[in-house]
Amino acid sequence: MRGLVYTRYELLRAFRNRRFFFFSIGFPLLFYFVIASPNRGVHDFDRSGISLPLYYMVGLTAFGTMVAMISTGTRIASERQIGWTRQLRITPLSTRAYFRAKLLAAYMMSGLTIVLLGLAGSSLGVSLPAGHWLAMVGLILVALLPFAALGIMLGHLINVDSIGPATGGGASLLAFLGGTWFPLGSHGFLFELGRLLPSYWLVQAAHTGLTGHGWPVRGWVVIAVWSVVLSAGALYAFRRDTKRAG
Amino acid sequence: MQRPGTLSAASANRRYAGRVASTYPTVDGAGIRLDGLSKSFRSPEGPVHAVREIDVSIERGETVALLGPNGAGKSTTIDMLLGLQPPDSGGVSLFGRTPRQAVDGGLVGAMLQTGSLIQYLSVRELLTMMASVYPAPLGVDEVLEQTGLEAIARRRTQKLSGGETQRVRFALAIVSNHDLLVLDEPTVAMDVESRHEFWKSMRSFAARGKTVVFATHYLEEADQNADRVVLMAHGRIVADGSPTEIKGRVGSRTIRATLPDADLGELSGLPGVANADRHGEAALLSCADSDQAIRALLERFPAARDIEITGAGLEDAFLALTADPDSDAPDAAVAL
Repeated sequence: MRGLVYTRYELLRAFRNRRFFFFSIGFPLLFYFVIASPNRGVHDFDRSGISLPLYYMVGLTAFGTMVAMISTGTRIASERQIGWTRQLRITPLSTRAYFRAKLLAAYMMSGLTIVLLGLAGSSLGVSLPAGHWLAMVGLILVALLPFAALGIMLGHLINVDSIGPATGGGASLLAFLGGTWFPLGSHGFLFELGRLLPSYWLVQAAHTGLTGHGWPVRGWVVIAVWSVVLSAGALYAFRRDTKRAG
Repeated sequence: MQRPGTLSAASANRRYAGRVASTYPTVDGAGIRLDGLSKSFRSPEGPVHAVREIDVSIERGETVALLGPNGAGKSTTIDMLLGLQPPDSGGVSLFGRTPRQAVDGGLVGAMLQTGSLIQYLSVRELLTMMASVYPAPLGVDEVLEQTGLEAIARRRTQKLSGGETQRVRFALAIVSNHDLLVLDEPTVAMDVESRHEFWKSMRSFAARGKTVVFATHYLEEADQNADRVVLMAHGRIVADGSPTEIKGRVGSRTIRATLPDADLGELSGLPGVANADRHGEAALLSCADSDQAIRALLERFPAARDIEITGAGLEDAFLALTADPDSDAPDAAVAL
């Protein structure tokens, strides 16, 4: 499988980028310990019946994985800047193989984030039924698809000097509107807006860990629509980018 | 050696008028064909005609230098050759295929003018990664040996010097084991020794019967490494022939003599003289055969004095042939 050799080195590259690793995975972990460690004894957080370490473990899992996906854009932008994307353009590497490698590298980062936050949660006494765990991880992986496409799209649209604010700001806004930091309630403008965003359903996917309940149909539809739209956007941005004169 | 002031537009035009007759046979579909290729860009000063209707035909196995000063249109030509930019008009055929088909089929390897390497992989890993995308790549060990990279095969790409990076980029271009190698100003970032090593590997690669097209603005590189030189200036091809032919066209030596009254037309008609020019009281004769020319000059103009004969290399040919042939073109001086 020659295609896998290319992907394997793409993963290795992502894995060896220590600074990227630290900021992408270390920050959610740091956040988690800062918030949850002093409050490990809070067993009924905000009268939800859920312990604080558990509540923040799933919340930061949603946020951390989302950031890990979108930050693919940062790496793509720097590859473009050094002319690597143009170099790839004059090889037989297919668009599909290129996207597959980027996608898997992003998922590897996200997977690692989930595992490390899970371990961090356990160290603070969090335990979940295995079924909840599996449902949560499965749904999160699905919910991350639109963010993977968003990262690739931004990477091919935005230059390396502005990609940081673009991905950071974008991720923060999506996290805010998706209800990562505080519940959106059950009515009102923010709630209605949030329910149209993939970040809302990503948070809901993470909350599966708390409730064991999956998405309603609406969740699947929103994620599917955003996945298709952003993938088309990523493809367009990639093609436009590689055609342009250097 | 540089005497740009001696080149009048008229003399440049005369040289420009006829290309060196090409002795290269053309067989449709076999090699590389650029037919009437043109490309313009918009700029604040108006359109820039980077490439103007060039026709080039390259046979399999040839090593061709695309020589010209900066802004001549070399890189734009190479981009169109590789399918990185679509031409405004005209067509490109690589072994009977479109550039895209040839690239997808793994028939083309290229080293672009600018570009760095992705990080966090060793030289060997990067080569292995990129070899994997080609249908029939060379062995990574073989390429490492051929490009002299064995000693640094385990080094991470971000720790390489500029010259080493260029060598790795060259290795990436040849690992595909393609039929056509395209190099755009490959030695720009190299020191003298790396340059020497680089051309040595390039020649050994070309010796396998590969077709090589390289762009350069170093005359010496074209002279020493190409079978054929296509000289570009202002988006046009101003000469096309072997390095020897190119030198012959402009004269390999120059005679300078104080000769106030001689007629330029008569001077340029002397045997062995390729072109005559005037610089104040001095006449400047570019000679294809300076021995013949000096005899004829002294016989015809015994009053000639302060005579100097200087050797001219490809440098002079280059300056003469790339002088702007048509000053009426508004964008001629715009460097790309």
